[in-house]
Amino acid sequence: MAAVSGLVRRSLEQVTVREAINQGMDEELERDEKVFLLGEEVAQYDGAYKVSRGLWKKYGDKRIIDTPISEMGFAGIAVGAAMAGLRPICEFMTFNFSMQAIDQVINSAAKTYYMSGGLQPVPIVFRGPNGASAGVAAQHSQCFAAWYGHCPGLKVVSPWNSEDAKGLIKSAIRDNNPVVVLENELMYGVPFELSSEAQSKDFLVPIGKAKIERQGTHITVVSHSRPVGHCLEAATVLSKEGIECEVINMRTIRPMDIETIEASVMKTNHLVTVEGGWPQFGVGAEICARIMEGPAFNFLDAPAVRVTGADVPMPYAKILEDNSVPQVKDIIFAIKKTLNI
Amino acid sequence: MRKMLAAVSRVLSGVAQKPASRVLVASRSFANDATFEIKKCDLHRLEEGPPVTTVLTREDGLRYYRMMQTVRRMELKADQLYKQKIIRGFCHLCDGQEACCVGLEAGINPTDHLITAYRAHGFTFTRGLSVREILAELTGRRGGCAKGKGGSMHMYAKNFYGGNGIVGAQGQIFEAYNMAALWKLPCIFICENNRYGMGTSVERAAASTDYYKRGDFIPGLRVDGMDILCVREATRFAAAYCRSGKGPILMELQTYRYHGHSMSDPGVSYRTREEIQEVRSKSDPIMLLKDRMVNSNLASVEELKEIDVEVRKEIEDAAQFATADPEPPLEELGHHIYSSDPPFEVRGANQWIKFKSIS
Repeated sequence: MAAVSGLVRRSLEQVTVREAINQGMDEELERDEKVFLLGEEVAQYDGAYKVSRGLWKKYGDKRIIDTPISEMGFAGIAVGAAMAGLRPICEFMTFNFSMQAIDQVINSAAKTYYMSGGLQPVPIVFRGPNGASAGVAAQHSQCFAAWYGHCPGLKVVSPWNSEDAKGLIKSAIRDNNPVVVLENELMYGVPFELSSEAQSKDFLVPIGKAKIERQGTHITVVSHSRPVGHCLEAATVLSKEGIECEVINMRTIRPMDIETIEASVMKTNHLVTVEGGWPQFGVGAEICARIMEGPAFNFLDAPAVRVTGADVPMPYAKILEDNSVPQVKDIIFAIKKTLNI
Repeated sequence: MRKMLAAVSRVLSGVAQKPASRVLVASRSFANDATFEIKKCDLHRLEEGPPVTTVLTREDGLRYYRMMQTVRRMELKADQLYKQKIIRGFCHLCDGQEACCVGLEAGINPTDHLITAYRAHGFTFTRGLSVREILAELTGRRGGCAKGKGGSMHMYAKNFYGGNGIVGAQGQIFEAYNMAALWKLPCIFICENNRYGMGTSVERAAASTDYYKRGDFIPGLRVDGMDILCVREATRFAAAYCRSGKGPILMELQTYRYHGHSMSDPGVSYRTREEIQEVRSKSDPIMLLKDRMVNSNLASVEELKEIDVEVRKEIEDAAQFATADPEPPLEELGHHIYSSDPPFEVRGANQWIKFKSIS
């Protein structure tokens, strides 16, 4: 009786994205002693956003390391550790600060296996919050999906919900390549149901595979990270008007699962992409280009449309900030325009 | 004569709004200036340092007091507005560190150039912006010094280059030291050492906490950053050093912040409340200046209290403005992307939303 009720309770467990990442890291730290976490405030402060809460207490100074405020320095140290055979998780307090260290991410981590002719792998994870938050203004709101997604040698993932977050961080840690994990600060506190399968210590979300969050027939809506939730909201609203959207959660930016998107477009004949980053040279731009290069192009009944952040540095004032990020109304508008409604 | 003076001053201390006659009494019952001993600075690669005594005039003293009190009250008002959610995002307060920004400004000229990191509200004020413009920027309104576009960490003024949100440049500072020394640039590098980098104490983050020595080939001073006169004299010394063509110099100001790193940090998980209270009771910069001035008859307790009242009112008025002023108009979302360019179109959240961009 106790076992059954335990099972029932577990399968309905609500877990926030923050807890999911914490669990994922905890499980991988336990599984492999070569895994360690370093970054600013990750140990004694429990993490600037409390994502690494409890880990220092459990694993101590050797596995959870507080660094000085020196991104270029500690990212370089982390890459060196990965080359020497350890499996570091390097946290950037936000990815805006990764710009201080980007040479290490690209030139030391991403390109090395290629440059060495297959001799030197770099099994490192760079993780942290990415993109807009609330009122943190221009220098703290940039989305780096397109920048990192541009580079061969890197894998780039962008979780939306708790299942994504837990499964992707575990896959990233187990991957022998440099993986950039773009989390989202506004999602950290959001609870989601974690299925009992997802609660298992061996649950992994494969890198490079998108997920269809909602089936639909009229239009394909593709997104990553927090905007996936907005797309689902838009889909609910439109459903009442008889428009059924198929919402795809990319989960991975690079390598992009274009096949799932193509198969969907070949079914619905319409495409809208949604992202938080800037429009030029963005994730949506890449999706549109690839659609044109593949079989799905001939199935489009209308040009593909992108919904993105506004093409400005993030302003601080609330009214300006609200209009600089894609809102549900912008997604609905774009969908209706595409469907010529 | 003395009896008459005492009588007059008794009457006047009860009637606060008679400036003319008060000045008359003031010039007779207060000292014009006083000499104070200040702490000797620790020196690195310097034969001699700033003087260990300084003269403070009554006029300067009152001005410094007013400025420090204004910064203090402005930061506390920002704390209040943040808790009311009228200020959003990041907010890094400098209460406790008033002697640094006010003392620094007292030692340089308005034509000198200053740049700092995110704990910038005090410097924004001392570099010449009004409390109104600063608070309205914090609340994101059109009357803010950056028209509401920048927020707390991105305030600029003439010869003040912000307000910058990205630090983590330990390596970059050594690059800057190298070039400044190589080319003998007239640059004062200042470290406001408030003992913590976010939630990490300096002992846990720095192999050497003698920051004033870490310019290596660059001479340095370690200064009592809670004593505004010490900061002023050290700044005057450093500025004179630079202006004489000798090259860069480093100043470490030992100071303290009462608030946590930012408004989202309670500031007590990595330090004790006792520590904070001890600094407040023994080393508060405003209290130190006040005690000096009152004890050497440069000002009276009542006079300083009046300044407190005036400052409070100024802050209240500024906060009112900052709360009532409207947000910037949506049409301005695309403005000021480029300088000196003809107008162009800026894309919004989708291809049908367009904003005009004016330089």
